[in-house]
Amino acid sequence: MWKYITKRIAQSVVILFFVSMIIYAIMRCLPTSYIETIARERASLPGAKSYQEWLDQLNAVYKMDCGIIEGFFGWVSKAVRGEFGDSWYYNVPVTQKFASVIWDSFYIGAVAFILQIIIAIPLGILSARKQYSKTDYAITVIALIGISLPGFFFATILKLIFSIKLGWFDLYGKVGKYYDQLSTWGQFLDVAKHMVLPIATLTIISIGSLVRYTRTNMLEVLNSDFIRTARAKGLSESKVINKHAFRNTLIPVVTILGGTLPSLFAGAMITETLFQIPGIGYTSYQAMTVGDIPFYMFYMTFMAALTLMGNLIADVLYAVVDPRVRVS
Amino acid sequence: MSDLNITQTTIADDANQNKQNIVHEDERVKVLSPSMLVFKRFIRNKLAIVGTVIIAIMFLFSFVGGIVSPYDESQVFMGYESMSKDFASMTLNSDYRYTVKEGSEFPSSAKAEFILALNNGKTTFSSMGTNYSIIEAGEDVYQIGVMEPVVKASVVKGMVNVLNADGVAAELTEAFKTAISEKTETFTLNGVTYFVVNEGKEYSLNTLTEAALASYNVFDAYSADITLSYEFKYAAELAKINGETSFMADGMNYVVEDNNGIETIYLVNGSEKTEYALMSDYVIRAMDDDVFLDIDFKLALQNAVEENQSSITIPDEEGNDVIYTIERKNEQYTIKADTMTQVIKVYEAPSKEHWLGTDANGMDILTRLMYGGRISLMIGFIVVVIEVALGIVLGGIAGYFGGFVDGLIMRIVDIFYCIPTMPILIILGAVMDQNKTDPQLRIYFLMLIMGVLGWPGIARLVRGQILSLREQEFMTATEALGISVPRRIFKHLIPNVIPQLIVMATMGLGSIILTESTLSFLGIGVKFPYASWGNIISSVSNVYVMTNYWFVWIPAGFCILFTVLAFNFIGDGLRDAFDPKMKR
Repeated sequence: MWKYITKRIAQSVVILFFVSMIIYAIMRCLPTSYIETIARERASLPGAKSYQEWLDQLNAVYKMDCGIIEGFFGWVSKAVRGEFGDSWYYNVPVTQKFASVIWDSFYIGAVAFILQIIIAIPLGILSARKQYSKTDYAITVIALIGISLPGFFFATILKLIFSIKLGWFDLYGKVGKYYDQLSTWGQFLDVAKHMVLPIATLTIISIGSLVRYTRTNMLEVLNSDFIRTARAKGLSESKVINKHAFRNTLIPVVTILGGTLPSLFAGAMITETLFQIPGIGYTSYQAMTVGDIPFYMFYMTFMAALTLMGNLIADVLYAVVDPRVRVS
Repeated sequence: MSDLNITQTTIADDANQNKQNIVHEDERVKVLSPSMLVFKRFIRNKLAIVGTVIIAIMFLFSFVGGIVSPYDESQVFMGYESMSKDFASMTLNSDYRYTVKEGSEFPSSAKAEFILALNNGKTTFSSMGTNYSIIEAGEDVYQIGVMEPVVKASVVKGMVNVLNADGVAAELTEAFKTAISEKTETFTLNGVTYFVVNEGKEYSLNTLTEAALASYNVFDAYSADITLSYEFKYAAELAKINGETSFMADGMNYVVEDNNGIETIYLVNGSEKTEYALMSDYVIRAMDDDVFLDIDFKLALQNAVEENQSSITIPDEEGNDVIYTIERKNEQYTIKADTMTQVIKVYEAPSKEHWLGTDANGMDILTRLMYGGRISLMIGFIVVVIEVALGIVLGGIAGYFGGFVDGLIMRIVDIFYCIPTMPILIILGAVMDQNKTDPQLRIYFLMLIMGVLGWPGIARLVRGQILSLREQEFMTATEALGISVPRRIFKHLIPNVIPQLIVMATMGLGSIILTESTLSFLGIGVKFPYASWGNIISSVSNVYVMTNYWFVWIPAGFCILFTVLAFNFIGDGLRDAFDPKMKR
């Protein structure tokens, strides 16, 4: 088992190396004029460093002045030590900015994740148990609507209804106007209130696929021989479902959920941007639109690492949870 | 199991039909082809049918709708809106107006001297070496004459010496001398009025020629081609002063009608009376140089002002009533008119001409939705084609050859799988924004990048299927027959993967449309002037638009939702149809 895990980790590291190479190559492919324009724009801000200083700073970490191979290794050797340079847009070291925004994203993601599990898994199981009934159709349609719903459109509708028409929540932001005057508990409530709509958006748009996944797997389990045996044995239907079928359904579901755990740190770029929650998604979206190269290089590498980690966790979990899977 | 059901129903149908007919043995057991079976299963799925209908409608809407629609994708609609604009100004005249007699001159320096002389109570003044005389014709009406010296005289110790009196009648010199000694200023001799002007020790005898007329009254001719002569004006002024109702000037007869201090002057020609001019002490000017204010307008306006009305209604040239509002500020009146101004119809509510109203640029939203649908669907299909092509080739090769090739291609798949697509699209979008890339080129770029980054899923699927398929007997048969490797892969293996591919491509279409619309919404995908469902919704970044103009963004959102939903319905239905083992 450990051998398998070590092998997968080693593989992931190699893949991450190549992914970062592609990311670096893409960065090097940006037109020089673009980088110069951005540097010039930065330099023209009041109290900013000079144009040359910006470029020097970029070269120091990203080795734009060397050849592409040499530059890449230069960058990677710095990146593994956690040196991603200073953000152009935020004027602080990239990693420092990252550390200050990541937790907002994580909390939103985590709450949405838990809600998603609480809502989606029972729905999926219900839908599978009553296959081809009205309930099943309704759940299927709702799940597919969730998958098909454009997040930005849904968020806008929520804003229109709850922020503008009903006036329950603020349109934007993480904290309200009077945040500084509130007590600690009040501050917590204030932030929580601002997180309601983003979390609702995230939950609704991500519920669909989990419902579908649970339903498919539940159906597969319900069609298997051991369920027929359980029924033949005269077990009550609730026992068949809850004890025999549900546990087996959980195997693939837990695997895929484990795989999505790292993505809790990835932030929901669109949702955060729409609600202007200063999480990693919104922060990096801004960085990308203004051409903050150091920040988005870090962000893309980070995203690639998260995806790899997700795959790794899913694979390992699959082997751990299901004893039938023999690790080869 | 379902296969069995279908066969049974077919038999039942046949049995019904054959009640009347002779039962043929070969008709009783009808075996459906696999594709027919799939089709039958598919059309029995209600959701899949709903999805198909929606997609058909969307295609008609986007591709046929664009042709049927009377408007263009980026046709801007202009409309007329009434705006209150300054139309004219009216002032009570407080400056003298001068009418210079034809052939004479009355320069502005003389005008200044005239005012000075008037204020000092003098009756003569001189300017630029010319002597002028002021003759008061009535209250605030003055005639200004230029004095032309005839003879000069000097007085030495009470003796009057007429200088250079050659060619001057002796009678005149005598009269001149008498006038000097009697200190009279004017005298008339032989019907000519002479003026004696004292210039220190010298006296001069002058004749007077009328040069100009000064008065507060403003004359307006009834039509633009009438020029009012000096004589006419003088006669009119005199008539006003004397309270006469008719006068003669230039050999024509005129009649005056008083109306609240505004005199209308009619030209009398025999028994005919035609409106000729207007005399009043108001100055009326149009704000625009190209507008000629006719006399009716001025008369009506002056009457309104005299009667302290705040607005008047006067028909314009086309006979439409125009309402003019009059605002007073000291002696200045500003006349505002509601004139029709051409404006872009922005955010116009749904109407007969524009079923879904117009957007921020004054374009028809329904038409933009149609063209947006075209672009969204086209991007979806092209990206899917690129993905499937790459996925089949690489997945097919990996699955067929296995071993090292498989390992290599699968690692490439892993790498591509990890590349964050959305950030890359946003970064490239920002770069293209900076470089001001052509919007059409951006669409191609978008399709290419999405296609190139999206194939790993398909490759994994193809490879997985082929790995199991290649171990089957029919592959051994193809090998024994000596069929070439590409043919073996693409003719014998790939067709077996087609069902799963179709399902994946259909679902993929939906998610590509979602990604594209998200990018367009953020302003980095499809850009103006091209329409896309995403960039139509992006107008909600303005909260006012979001709140007040639902018709701008709600329909586009539902277009995206329904299209993606329909693709998912179809994909779901197809999966069930291809792989019925999920059915109990």
